[in-house]
Amino acid sequence: MKKLNLLFALVVLAALIIVPNFLKNYGIHMFTTWLVFIIATMGLNLTVGYAGQKSLGHAAFFGIGAYTVAIFLKAGLSFWLGLPVAALFCFVVGLALGFPALRVQTIYLAFATLGFNTALWLVMRNEEWLTGGTFGINNIARPSLGGISFDGNLAYYYLVLTFTVVLALLLWGLLRSPWGKAFTALRDNAIRAESLGIDTRSYTLLSFAIGAVYAGVAGGLYASQVQFIDPALFTVGASIMMYLMVVVGGPGYFLGPVLGSAVGVVLPEWLRFAQAWYLFVFGAAVVVLMIWLPDGLLSIPDRIKARRQSREASAARAAAGQGVKA
Amino acid sequence: MTDFLQLFFSGLATGSIYALAALGFTLLWQASGTINFAQGEFVMLPAFMMVMLLGSGLSLYFAFALTIVLSVVILGWLFKRGLVDPLFKYGMMPIVVATIGLSIAMRNGVRAGYSAEPQPFPQVFPDVIFDVAGVTFSAGDVGTFVLAMVLVLVTQAFLNKTVTGRAMQAVAQNTESASVLGINVPRMIFYTFAINAILAAAAALLVTPTYLAKFDMGEGLGNKAFFAAIIGGFNNSRGALLGGLLVGVCENLAAAYISPAYKDAVALIIFMVVILFKPQGLLGKKEERKV
Repeated sequence: MKKLNLLFALVVLAALIIVPNFLKNYGIHMFTTWLVFIIATMGLNLTVGYAGQKSLGHAAFFGIGAYTVAIFLKAGLSFWLGLPVAALFCFVVGLALGFPALRVQTIYLAFATLGFNTALWLVMRNEEWLTGGTFGINNIARPSLGGISFDGNLAYYYLVLTFTVVLALLLWGLLRSPWGKAFTALRDNAIRAESLGIDTRSYTLLSFAIGAVYAGVAGGLYASQVQFIDPALFTVGASIMMYLMVVVGGPGYFLGPVLGSAVGVVLPEWLRFAQAWYLFVFGAAVVVLMIWLPDGLLSIPDRIKARRQSREASAARAAAGQGVKA
Repeated sequence: MTDFLQLFFSGLATGSIYALAALGFTLLWQASGTINFAQGEFVMLPAFMMVMLLGSGLSLYFAFALTIVLSVVILGWLFKRGLVDPLFKYGMMPIVVATIGLSIAMRNGVRAGYSAEPQPFPQVFPDVIFDVAGVTFSAGDVGTFVLAMVLVLVTQAFLNKTVTGRAMQAVAQNTESASVLGINVPRMIFYTFAINAILAAAAALLVTPTYLAKFDMGEGLGNKAFFAAIIGGFNNSRGALLGGLLVGVCENLAAAYISPAYKDAVALIIFMVVILFKPQGLLGKKEERKV
């Protein structure tokens, strides 16, 4: 891993550990939400950034995770049972969503995932017996482990931080393994990958499934954090925001989700008083970003390096040309 | 039976508005490979332009005429030059993401800059109801359907029967050959964007009297337009018409006979069925992929 990236990651981690001790409840809530969305967008980064799929329905898995944990907690079952069940459920549904991906291409896939999200949102909104409909589910409990209760916001924050770090390390390990190479092969040239013997079917399905698991875990953590969920959190708009967070951060860059979630979650929350104007600026910024930096914000160092290298190469060519002439 | 016919015909009216939006969307895709996620907002903006022009005292006709000109300039020329041209070389996804950003910006710009409240809009058609053999139609429904159909048919006649239209089709089918044959490709692509802007402005005129002008009116409409375009067949402009009408009618029937809560799911379900069994759309041709 490049030294600069490692340093950046450690600085961010140190900040995440130290800073919330000095914040009041609202600040801790914002940081916890940031972490939750980092987990969710890490999953989407795998599906979209590393495997090149077009998933515009990520908020649906976020919602499945959140509602599963919420329903389990309301039924009196433990959080530590609900979360793995949510993850497993999301894995299965993610696999199922991967099947249309095998049949349809790029933009049709984007619309299919969008449709899936809308369908799920409609179920969340209409099936009151299960999800509480538009009233949502409230008074979701916080978990406790051993003797530690996570009712306190700071304690819960550190729980979420632990989850984030563990899941990030798992993803890092996955991407460094041959599986990770297979995902990027799938993204860059699926047909060539298949001709090299990579089972593109399985990897496509897996990219959706693993991405979904991350979103589901994030959703479960979010449900206990805010202790009230309703369908409005899991609309297509939310999916699109998550997709934009991955794109803004830099799809295929490991730390892209950290930056993207900061822009998509922390900034709007902080600037809530000017929400409509903030979203206007955000939308316009996405357009400008696409024209100027289509590979996301984290591609800036790479671009600088590329420009420097091409300048050095042309200088070397000019020098060599001089040498020949002389 | 009369209920069914009434639902059917009012569904046709709504569907014809979807067809207008879907047609513009399909033409953009065919001519320049642009997936315009902001298509719904392209209908919303002319609606607000008209609201503002009406507010400053112009009559509806003048407001609409001026809006068409403004739409062609802003949603046609400016959109093409500012967003599509710079991103064209990067492929489809950057344009998709940029139009997503554009739709968020437009929606919130109107919300913050003008108003978050729904704005009233004058009726385009007189408030008259016809009764034919026990089935009631409103003049609004009939007028909307007729006007939208006329626009769609005029557009298709333009594309098929005029030299410019056929040049536009040539650009859509094979851009390189078209430019080799001396067709001014950038201008033809601009005409496509202009037509999309005009169709969107017309859709705005037809949909706003009923549903009022609100900053988020584009979301639902845009979604339905995308699904309608794909259902009908993305590479065929008649497909947009069929897709739009099909979605409009089925939505209305489903809302009455099955459940109003799942009305928005109808377009989805038809879409899912179509792409699983006939991914090129009902009227589309199978596309080859070069490897």
